[in-house]
Amino acid sequence: MALYSEKVMDHFLHPRNVGVIEDADGVGEVGNAKCGDIMKIYLKIDNEIITDVKFETFGCGSAIASSSMATEMIKGKPVTEALELTNKAVAEALDGLPAHKMHCSVLAEEAIKNALEDYQSKQKK
Amino acid sequence: MIYADNAATTKMSQAAIDKMVSLMKDTYGNPSSLYRFGQKAKEELELARETVASVIGAEPREILFTSGGSEADNQAIRSAAILGKAKGKTHIVSTKFEHHAVLHTLDKLEKEGFEITLLDVHEDGLVRPEEVAAAITDNTALVTIMYANNEIGTIQPIAEIGRICHEKGVLFHTDAVQAITHVPINVVEQNIDMLSASGHKFHGPKGTGFLYAKKGIKLSNLIEGGAQERGKRAGTENVPGIAAMAVALKEASDKLDETAKYLIEKRDRLIEGLYEIEHSALNGDRTKRLPSNVNFCFEGIEGESLLLLLDEKGIAASSGSACTSGSLDPSHVLLAIGRVHDVAHGSLRLSLGEDVTDEDIDYMISAVKEVVTYLRSFSPIWRDLVAGKKQFIL
Ligand SMILES: Cc1ncc(COP(=O)(O)O)c(C=O)c1O
Ligand SMILES: [Zn+2]
Repeated sequence: MALYSEKVMDHFLHPRNVGVIEDADGVGEVGNAKCGDIMKIYLKIDNEIITDVKFETFGCGSAIASSSMATEMIKGKPVTEALELTNKAVAEALDGLPAHKMHCSVLAEEAIKNALEDYQSKQKK
Repeated sequence: MIYADNAATTKMSQAAIDKMVSLMKDTYGNPSSLYRFGQKAKEELELARETVASVIGAEPREILFTSGGSEADNQAIRSAAILGKAKGKTHIVSTKFEHHAVLHTLDKLEKEGFEITLLDVHEDGLVRPEEVAAAITDNTALVTIMYANNEIGTIQPIAEIGRICHEKGVLFHTDAVQAITHVPINVVEQNIDMLSASGHKFHGPKGTGFLYAKKGIKLSNLIEGGAQERGKRAGTENVPGIAAMAVALKEASDKLDETAKYLIEKRDRLIEGLYEIEHSALNGDRTKRLPSNVNFCFEGIEGESLLLLLDEKGIAASSGSACTSGSLDPSHVLLAIGRVHDVAHGSLRLSLGEDVTDEDIDYMISAVKEVVTYLRSFSPIWRDLVAGKKQFIL
């Protein structure tokens, strides 16, 4: 048996939405090098719709796959919907993660929330 | 596949497999039985004991067969603790980068009232004999220091440490699981009182190993029951496994010099190649290391993803990253040599097999270069380092 599901391996080996958005409307970064996973999410938002999303991740296979899947799940979605994304939904979309790897998918949820908050705080100004 | 994880376990030698199969088929008697068929198994067992003893310069009755390195470590340390306590001595000296078989046993003893000193292993991964001497007190029951480290491969000044222990009248145990068959070992010349070894690290079967304990050292049982192993380890002996382990040990020890010479050349070629990767560093001393061991840290990347991508390229290796261990902390060995968390997560251990070729080495170098570059291309840490927002450590 492999460590990860085929879905996880697919997203790990061929991550979607990798990169940077230079003029992003919202940027979120979570994690720290101490625990071993860091995720950075860049959002382009137009009319409260996420029109583009990119990520950079320092982390394990599970962290990279979760970043990739999470960005896919929010791309083209309204901000309100993206705010509701949970790590459980990300893990399920990946056909599950090993129990000790769930914390890596939490970071994806948090990075997106973080980026959306950054976007909202900029809107208020 | 290039199997570069020989520190985790090794492929069994054909001679060991043949020995094992032949005993399983034809010599399945119980060595404790008095009829000839049982005594044939007993002969095989004692022959194996003689072989093992002769390889390390010990006497046969000083060899106790165990289920592997972990059990040997546990029994050696427990026994020494009990002997010490009987004399009112409750202090044990060891190091920060021992295998968990040693560290967790020491943790337990600490809870039971022992005082444990874990020595620093410095940036080069080497214990300083003078620091061992300074740590020993009148209360010291045991010094236990590994012969060679399993992650970074550094070889400790064992003979020197043993001499100090003997001068001070303290028992000395060494976990030689990674060292045996890679480094010449003679327990008498090197002042070793107890030594642990594991069959599957030198092309023998898994679940086999032995503890050498100098005559006069009273061992305590971990397993109570029958009178096997001079009453020090109960349970019908794993005769096929033990005999096969002895065959593998003899075979590997006989060609130690030749293998070491060959592997050192391959190892150094690999180290030089990997050093071409910017912001990388070798872990552990450059020369006082096992001929088979290469261990690097690459800044800005994480070890598990490195391993998964190398696996895709047909290379089996290992890492000390947190995410490969299932804990949040990277390897205690890398932390012990002063690697900070950020860097320790990006480690790679390649432990070479005797059949590795120059082509394999060159392939590994190019594969690691490619994967490190790729992972750095979307690492937020690497971006910050390159942008100057963070200082490079390596
Ligand atoms: C240094 C060291 N000690 C002990 C052990 C444990 O040996 P075994 O797997 O035979 O119990 C190992 C193997 O992982 C090791 O590398
Ligand atoms: Zn992780």
